Amino acid sequence: MGEWLLFYAFSLVAILASALVIGQRNPMYSVLLLVASFGASAGLYVQLDAPFVAVTQIIVYAGAVMVLFLYVVMLLNQPREDASEWDRTHPLRRPGLARLGAILAALLVVELGWALVRSGTLGAFTGDTSSLASVRTIGQVMFSDYVFAFEATSVLILAALVGGVYLAHREGSR
Amino acid sequence: MPQEFVPIVLFLLVAIGFAGVTLLPSRLLQTNKYNKVKLDPYECGIQPATDARDRYSIRYYLVAMLFVIFDVETVFMFPWAVILEELGWFGLIEMMVFLFILVVGFVYAWKKGALEWA
Amino acid sequence: MTSTHYLVLSAALFMIGVFGVVTRRNIVIIFMSIELMLNAVNINLIAFSLQWGNSLGQVFTIFVIAVAAAEAAVGLGIILALYRNKETINIDEMNVMKW
Repeated sequence: MGEWLLFYAFSLVAILASALVIGQRNPMYSVLLLVASFGASAGLYVQLDAPFVAVTQIIVYAGAVMVLFLYVVMLLNQPREDASEWDRTHPLRRPGLARLGAILAALLVVELGWALVRSGTLGAFTGDTSSLASVRTIGQVMFSDYVFAFEATSVLILAALVGGVYLAHREGSR
Repeated sequence: MPQEFVPIVLFLLVAIGFAGVTLLPSRLLQTNKYNKVKLDPYECGIQPATDARDRYSIRYYLVAMLFVIFDVETVFMFPWAVILEELGWFGLIEMMVFLFILVVGFVYAWKKGALEWA
Repeated sequence: MTSTHYLVLSAALFMIGVFGVVTRRNIVIIFMSIELMLNAVNINLIAFSLQWGNSLGQVFTIFVIAVAAAEAAVGLGIILALYRNKETINIDEMNVMKW
């Protein structure tokens, strides 16, 4: 009973906050709502026996990445979009490639719905979930079968670091 | 599983409660007299020079980005530290390679002057 | 509680992200919509991790979060560089590389 209540509470917060993120004119509010959405997702991860991922979500996503977004919003310093910039035409009626994108997005929505209907109900959780929540298990998987992915991540992070510094840092600029 | 999270929920409730207890009564008890000076940001008595919503320096972005990058690195180190004894030398060398690659990026950022604040 | 509930939730969040990418013109908000989609994928991975009692989904979620952080660092850098050159964050005006 309590489990259901928590699931619906967190889902409601996540969906409402996400819907409001894309509905805001002021990006500053969007960033703060996105933090709320990620926090609700972290609550769901805790329910799904994944506390380490929940903490990672809070620390990296809601903490660090969103601070980065916040700085960018403050750097751009354009608190609201002009009403004239707010394109009110329906995406399906826009000319050219924009319409193609909208049609592809609509197809994706149909496809997702179809997949959900086809998958049916999956039933209660099966399998051995006793050791799932521990950080030890995650470490054992990550550092045995997925060592290469782990090392590749370091190269990815290096590329992001170099790219970010190069893009943002120009000599003689503000 | 949920019982272990009772302290965190308590912590959240205390945090929200503290904010509510400090903000709500003062909002209810205060007198409302409009004065333009009251809307100024508190500057220790000095006249504010510019608007607070000025454009920020790009250096804040660089520092935040470096923070994100090394935050991710720490997340990977945590499960590694938990099972270090099982992994032995292999795990140590693995993490050294990981850290070495990241230190290369750190040296690049340093040489490029991303950490200078002048 | 079954995985189907989480699948529906993550599909809803993913669609919200897709909707944001298609309808909004502010590049920062489009970027946030992409983060929403990544987060929806994460919910799926974690739900299936519990469904089959396999922690691989959690490991992959950590990798996805790392990728998202790297993507945010570079992507926001690109947005800043674009803004420095074109003084706009409207994605319709960023059409230099369009044929």
